[in-house]
Amino acid sequence: MADTTFDLVVIGSGPGGYVAAIRAAQLGMKTAVVEREHLGGICLNWGCIPTKALLRSSEINHLLHNLDQYGFSAKDIAFDAKKVVERSRKVAKQLSNGVAFLLKKNKITVFDGEGKLGGKGKVAVSKDGNKVADLVGKHIVIASGARARVLPGLEPDGKLVWTYKEAMVPPAMPKSVLVVGSGAIGIEFASFYRNMGAEVTVVEVLDRVVPVEDEEISAFARKAFEKQGMKIHTSATVKALKRAAESVTATIETGGKSVEVTAERVVLAVGIVGNVENLGLEGTKVRVDKTHIVVDQWLATDEPGIYAIGDVVGAPWLAHKASHEGVICVEKIAGLNDVHPLEIANIPGCTYCLPQIASVGLTEAKAKANGREVRVGRFPYIGNGKAIALGEPEGMIKTVFDAKTGELLGAHMIGAEVTELIQGYAIAKTLETTEAELIETIFPHPTLSEMMHESVLDAYKRVIHM
Amino acid sequence: MPIEILMPALSPTMTEGNLAKWHKKEGETVKSGDVLAEIETDKATMEVEAIDEGTLGKIVVPEGAQGVKVNSVIAVLLEEGEDAKSLAGADKPATKPPPASAAAPAQATPAAPAPVDPKTAPPPAAVPPASRANGASADDRVFASPLAKRMAAQAGLDLAQLKGSGPQGRIVKSDIEAALVKPSAPRAAAAPSAAAPARPPAQPPAQQPAAAPRPGAPAYGKDLIVAQAGNPPYSEIPHTGMRRTIARRMVESKQNVPHFNLTVDCEIDALLKMRAELNAKSDAFKISVNDFVVRAASLTMRKVPRANASWSDEAVLLWKTVDCAVAVALDDGLITPIIRQADQKGLATISNEMKDLASRAKAGKLKLEEFQGGTFSISNLGMYGIKDFSAVINPPHGVILAVGTGEQRPIVKNGALAIATVMSCTLSCDHRVVDGAVGAQWIAAFKRMIEDPLTMLL
Repeated sequence: MADTTFDLVVIGSGPGGYVAAIRAAQLGMKTAVVEREHLGGICLNWGCIPTKALLRSSEINHLLHNLDQYGFSAKDIAFDAKKVVERSRKVAKQLSNGVAFLLKKNKITVFDGEGKLGGKGKVAVSKDGNKVADLVGKHIVIASGARARVLPGLEPDGKLVWTYKEAMVPPAMPKSVLVVGSGAIGIEFASFYRNMGAEVTVVEVLDRVVPVEDEEISAFARKAFEKQGMKIHTSATVKALKRAAESVTATIETGGKSVEVTAERVVLAVGIVGNVENLGLEGTKVRVDKTHIVVDQWLATDEPGIYAIGDVVGAPWLAHKASHEGVICVEKIAGLNDVHPLEIANIPGCTYCLPQIASVGLTEAKAKANGREVRVGRFPYIGNGKAIALGEPEGMIKTVFDAKTGELLGAHMIGAEVTELIQGYAIAKTLETTEAELIETIFPHPTLSEMMHESVLDAYKRVIHM
Repeated sequence: MPIEILMPALSPTMTEGNLAKWHKKEGETVKSGDVLAEIETDKATMEVEAIDEGTLGKIVVPEGAQGVKVNSVIAVLLEEGEDAKSLAGADKPATKPPPASAAAPAQATPAAPAPVDPKTAPPPAAVPPASRANGASADDRVFASPLAKRMAAQAGLDLAQLKGSGPQGRIVKSDIEAALVKPSAPRAAAAPSAAAPARPPAQPPAQQPAAAPRPGAPAYGKDLIVAQAGNPPYSEIPHTGMRRTIARRMVESKQNVPHFNLTVDCEIDALLKMRAELNAKSDAFKISVNDFVVRAASLTMRKVPRANASWSDEAVLLWKTVDCAVAVALDDGLITPIIRQADQKGLATISNEMKDLASRAKAGKLKLEEFQGGTFSISNLGMYGIKDFSAVINPPHGVILAVGTGEQRPIVKNGALAIATVMSCTLSCDHRVVDGAVGAQWIAAFKRMIEDPLTMLL
C-alpha cells in the first residue's frame, strides 16, 4: 500500500495543479496529485497545445496557397486531415508524458482517479466507482479546471454540433463550419477551419468579435477575418439548430432580422463553467458563486486548509494564470515572505488566430471608464521593415498610458507573432516602468519589436517611422 | 562592538509599529533565540527574538512607545567583554555611527590616537554591523519602481520613509497608493502643493495632524476593559486589518470632523412606479431604489457643487468629478467601492456596476483604485428596516448620505391624512466644508429629484 499521508494534495494536474505540485515539492512538501483523466489537464491534452499544433498546420496551408508572393510555385497542394489531427495528438501526448516525467522527477505521487473531499484534510480517490485510495493532506488544492458551457437548445451531440473537444479531432475536414462565440476558443477554431479551406460563419452575441480585446483591435480583426472570407454576425444569437443527416441549419437572429445558415458542422464556444461538481464541497465552508469557487487573494477558500486555483476560481481562464496562482498559493502555504498577490492587469492574453492577437492590461475604454486620463499610441505593421520583409504587413500595436503618471496601463496588438511580442510589455508592466524607460530601451533592428517602441513614441508624439 | 537591535518589519508593508513590551531588562543576559520584546502593528503582534548573544546594554525605545519607525535602533546589545562605556552615543536612535572609513577627515590631527579601550575599540576597517538584528541593508539606496518614483515625486512623498511590498522589498505603485491614504503619509520636505489636483487625492493633507499619538489618548487594553466590565466570561475576535482601519478612520472622523446632520422625508411612490416600469422593460438590468439614490445624489452634486468638496489646511478642495462611494457590508466589516463619475452614468450602468462591485467586494477581489478615493459617500440601511439614521463621514469626504427604509407612513396632504411611501434620508456634513445652508440646499435638491424622478432624465 502506497503512502497516503501528504503535506499537500492537489486535485487536478492541469497547468495549475501540476505547477503547484512541483513548486510544493521544491519547497520540501510531500506532495500528491490526483488526476481523473490525462496528466496536463485540458491545456496540454485538449486545449492550448493541440490547438497550436492544428493552427500551425493551417498556417502552413495558408502559406502554401500564397507561395507566389515569395517566388515559389507548387502544384497539387493537398493535406490529409487525418495526418493533421494525428500530429496534434502526438504533440499533446508528448507533453503529457513530459508532465509525468516532471512529477516523477520531483517525487510527487500521482493517483489515477477522481478526487473528492471527504472530511477535514481528507481526499477520497476513486476510479469508475471503485476506491483507489483515501488520502490525508495537511493542505488541499483544488485545481479541477473548467469545461465548455452548454446553452439550452444548442446542446452538442458530438457528431454535428461540436465542443472544442470534437472540433480538435475532425474525422474529415468539413466544407462549412458555423462557430458560435468569438472569444479566444471560438475564433481560433474559426481561423483554423477557414485556413484549411472551409466556409466559416461566426456568430457573436456581443457587438464585436474577440470582445475582451480593445475595441480597435476587435474592429481590425473583423476586417482581417472578413477579408479572408469569413462571414461574421455580431449582436447575433442562435435561436435554433435544425439537425439534418450531415448538416445543421441555424436560425440566427441579428438586428431584429432572422437569418438561416446551413453548415456541415457547428462548433460551440460560448464560454466555460467551473468543474465544481463531485468534489465533496457540500458540508464544507467552501463557497461557490456561478460555478466558480470563491477564494481570497492567496487562493484560500472559506474552509481552512482548502485552496483553489486556476479556471475553477474564475476568469481570466488562462493556463499561465492558473500556474501563477498555483505558485502563489503554495508559497503562501509554505510561509514564504516574498509572495505577492496576482495582479490581473499584468496577465497577458494571447489568441492564435490569423492574424494573431495579444494584449495585457486595460483597454482604452476600460482605462477611461476607470477615470484615467490616457495617452494612446499606435503603430501599424505597414511601417515596419521586418513586417514588410516577412510579407506580413497587416497589424498594429496600440499602447495606453496614464497621462499623469506615465504608467503603462495596457498594450494591445494584432498581427504576425504578437503572441511572442506581448511579453515585453508584460515585463514592463510588472516592473512598473513608465513611458520613460520604454522610450530609453533600445530595440533591435530589424525586428517586429521595433513597433512596440514606436507605439510608445507615438503616445508621446515622438514617433519616428510614421 | 555593541550590536544595535533595530525595529523589525513584521510585514512587507509595515513602516512603523508599537513597542508593546520588553521581555528583558537592561543588564540581563541574552541568548540567541530569547524573546527580547513584543512589537505590535495594525495587523499583528509579534515577538522579537535575539539573533546574537550578549547582555542587553541599553533599551533605547521604551515599552509602550508608539509609531516606532522600522529599522530605527530600539536597543543595544553588548557582546562578551564589552561594558556599558561602549554605549556612548548609541542612545540617539536617529543617528547611526558613520562608517569607519569616513571617520578620519583631513583636518584631524594624525598624531595622538583617541584614548579608547583597545578591547572595545572597533577594528579600523570594520563595516558597522548596524543592521545585524534583521539583516536589512545598511545601504541608503531606496529600491522603487520607476512608476512608484514618479508617483511619489508627484505626491511629494519621501520614498525613504516608505516600506516596499514588491519583490525583495521594492517600493511599488501600491505602496504609494497605500501611503497616500494613510494619515501619516511621510511628505517630502518640499512637497509641491501649488496646483490643485484635477482628481481627488485619496487623503488631503488636512488629515496629517491626526497621525501623531495624542497624549492622554484613552487606552483600551484588554485586561482593563474586561475588568471594567466586571470580568464576565467572553471570547475574542482577533482584529483584522479591516477592523483596525474602520476603528482608526471612524475615530479620526468623529474626533476631527465637526459633523452636523440634516434629515428629510422623501415620498418615493413615483420613483417606485418608475422603477417597476423600467425593470419590466429588460432583463439586462434590475434597478434598485439605491441605484436611484446613487444617481440622484450624484446629479445633486452637480447642482450644489459646493458639497462635492473636502477640507484641506490650505483651501477647500472642490472636486471636479463626482465619484460616489457606496458602503457595502461584508461578513466582518465594510468597504466602500466607488462608482466613478456617477453623475454621467445612467441607471442601468450604475446598477450593473454596483452589482459587480458589491459581489467582488464580498469576494475580496476589489482593486485598490476601486475602493480608495471617491468624493462623497452613501450608506443605505433601508434593507434592515432602519427608519432613519446618521452616518459617520468617511474622510476626506465632505458629506455622507444615510438612507433609511421606504415604508408606508401617514402624511398630511392638503390638510388631510393620506398614505405615502416615505424614505427618510440624512445628510451628515463636515461643517468645515459645508455650512448649514449649503447642506440644506443639497438635501432639498436631492429630495426634489427623488420625489420627481423624471427630473433625473434632465
